[in-house]
Amino acid sequence: MVDIPYDRIADIPPAEVPDVELYHPRSWWTRYVFSQDAKVIAVQYALTASAIGLVALVLSWLMRLQLGFPGTFSFIDANQYLQFITMHGMIMVIYLLTALFLGGFGNYLIPLMVGARDMVFPYVNMLSYWVYLLAVLVLASTFFVPGGPTGAGWTLYPPQAILSGTPGQDWGIILMMSSLILFIIGFTMGGLNYVVTVLQARTRGMTLMRLPLTVWGIFTATVMALLAFPALFVASVMLLLDRLLGTSFFMPSLVEMGTLSKYGGGSPLLFQHLFWFFGHPEVYIVALPAFGIVSDLISTHARKNIFGYRMMVWAIVAIGALSFIVWAHHMYVSGMFPQFGYFFATTTLIIAIPTAIKVYNWVLTLWRGDIHLRVPMLFALGFIITFVNGGLTGLFLGNVVVDVPLSDTMFVVAHFHMVMGVAPIMVVLGAIYHWYPKVTGRMLNDALGKFHFWVTFLGAYLIFFPMHYLGLLGVPRRYFELGDAAFIPPSAHSLNAFISVVALTVGFSQMVFLFNLAWSLFKGEASGGNPWRATTLEWQTPETPPGHGNWGKELPVVYRWAYDYSVPGAEQDFIPQNQPPAATRVVQGAAS
Amino acid sequence: MAETALTHTAEAPERLPGWRGIAADWASDQRAFKNVSWGKAMMWIFLLSDTFIFSCFLLSYMTARMSTTVPWPNPSEVFALNFAGKHIPLILIAIMTFILISSSGTMAMAVNFGYRRDRVRTAALMLVTAAFGATFVGMQAFEWTKLIREGVRPWGNPWGAEQFGSSFFMITGFHGTHVTIGVIFLIAIARKVLRGDFDVGRRGFFTSRKGYYEIVEIMGLYWHFVDLVWVFIFALFYLW
Repeated sequence: MVDIPYDRIADIPPAEVPDVELYHPRSWWTRYVFSQDAKVIAVQYALTASAIGLVALVLSWLMRLQLGFPGTFSFIDANQYLQFITMHGMIMVIYLLTALFLGGFGNYLIPLMVGARDMVFPYVNMLSYWVYLLAVLVLASTFFVPGGPTGAGWTLYPPQAILSGTPGQDWGIILMMSSLILFIIGFTMGGLNYVVTVLQARTRGMTLMRLPLTVWGIFTATVMALLAFPALFVASVMLLLDRLLGTSFFMPSLVEMGTLSKYGGGSPLLFQHLFWFFGHPEVYIVALPAFGIVSDLISTHARKNIFGYRMMVWAIVAIGALSFIVWAHHMYVSGMFPQFGYFFATTTLIIAIPTAIKVYNWVLTLWRGDIHLRVPMLFALGFIITFVNGGLTGLFLGNVVVDVPLSDTMFVVAHFHMVMGVAPIMVVLGAIYHWYPKVTGRMLNDALGKFHFWVTFLGAYLIFFPMHYLGLLGVPRRYFELGDAAFIPPSAHSLNAFISVVALTVGFSQMVFLFNLAWSLFKGEASGGNPWRATTLEWQTPETPPGHGNWGKELPVVYRWAYDYSVPGAEQDFIPQNQPPAATRVVQGAAS
Repeated sequence: MAETALTHTAEAPERLPGWRGIAADWASDQRAFKNVSWGKAMMWIFLLSDTFIFSCFLLSYMTARMSTTVPWPNPSEVFALNFAGKHIPLILIAIMTFILISSSGTMAMAVNFGYRRDRVRTAALMLVTAAFGATFVGMQAFEWTKLIREGVRPWGNPWGAEQFGSSFFMITGFHGTHVTIGVIFLIAIARKVLRGDFDVGRRGFFTSRKGYYEIVEIMGLYWHFVDLVWVFIFALFYLW
């Protein structure tokens, strides 16, 4: 039996597919700049996010220079250091990862993978990008305003975020809040598009349970973002009012520079609740698209169907739902009612169950697979390893008693960089190697890619693994310099210097990747339409790169799930989703 | 609708019983919500997201109100008016609420006439709705002016907790912005209806897509939502 009927509607007769009314560009401007085509918008999102991400990368070098060699670099002072960590964190989490996964990969892959011609409302989709660009420009402008960007830490906790003495108190914090509000408005326009496209614009035969896991990950993350960003929006508006109008939503009465401030009666804890009601789902907004994409990378390059597809889908949904009731595990030391900790520790540990299911399923997909160690697969394997590492330290930090001594140490830095820094970036890089041929029609250079992978993967481990040890020693995070604290041995300082050297090396090795991207665009080997011999719809487009409207005259019809790899009896080791069952049987008959 | 409603009933397999059937139906191909157009689905999801925004605003306000150590000004006193020689608490707010709820009624009628393709009545009822909305915003502006004259500021007021003024201006301001945006869109869509854009398939200026009479209903969803939010603001801010 060649055709595995995956669900009850396995055989769907080809049906008339309505032609969707598309906006056709009439000039160079509307084709490449103010384009309404999701694929162009995706590239615009990805380039903008990467550009601002490079700024954040440079900021991390400056931080590492200071931490590794304190006192050596006179051009970094304490205020600047605080500004660097703030901007590094905010850019990486929101303006790079969120925008790249949802705006970049979401825009490119959703319409292609579900078999649509475009997003449902291309004009709104275009506006989404331009508002996002405006948000990025407002954010970048804070480097040039008097006082510089805010140095409140990426969590922007009041009261210190808006008190004098915090760098960027005059313009930085105002522009940061404005930029976040803009980002959320822009994201909402895009996010509504992604959700409605997945729900209402799938092609004939594409049931929800036949969606590639990439789409499930991006879809669930977008739904979460639409429900979590409102909390950040409200927190940003209120903090902005506190700063600009002198309201006291978050500001208690306190003494500032020796005088009683004008504020009184507000609750700093309220901000933390609002922030983390956004902030924790945000972790999974970044992680779920990575989960989805990595499932597809592993399945494609191991030539095996994903293990436990249904379980994978439900795990994604369960993680998404649970992530809304764990937020206060970021606040064990905040002074909130201590018994809340029991509830939030419990939910936090429960979320480890669906996450562990996913990890097991990835490993079981690899088990006895026909593993091709191509660059995307290497990055996918790198993701599993870094993610498991970061996930396990998350269990430490999710427990109140373990978290309290580890709070605000380098252990936390190591944890979240492993789990939502390095791990998703591994997936981003793997995904770029995987889909670059579809976007450009050319392969990325393999040798450069392997070099890039090994330096990045080993380097990232060498950077963040020792940080756990530093954190256990008690080395605090966010400190400009450590001074001569008795509990910090000299070896910790040499370890810091080591980490800095590795960090700079890994950072510069990314230039190899950028070179590869640019060089392969012109000189790369032509890829053909389906270089990885993958099943999902985006590889079955009539043209590569896909033309305007994605499909030719007719939309594809889907007959099977996305993971028909190495089906026994089939002629090839993959069966595209749009291949009719009858055709497979004929092929089988001919072969035997 | 930009796309033809395509529910493929002829070829559908027999429905599974119970929840599994519902799940299979929901997960079946092309559309999770059968015969729901893209625009309507998008508006519902946007409203869900907007619900979270208003919930966060209201929860923050309630947190501030419950945790303040300074007395909270009494809303029925603050929002009382001397009206026809009598001191009536909350009278203006009551009228505003009545007007906004009434506008929901005219909006519903507009949707009805929209589906009957009665251009003139649809446009007229939408304009009446917009007029009600504009009246509401106008009365809100009057309320703001009155409070500001009495010394209420976002950073303080003569009667007690300063979060009173800040919450009031923020929440009613955010809601008033929603009403204003609604009024603008009501007028714009009423114009399109009156001009017959949806009968001749005229393309939108920005989107260059054809519009459909369903846009009146989608507009109605937004308008009813804004009214519903006001009910919560009324209950939680003024009546508490």
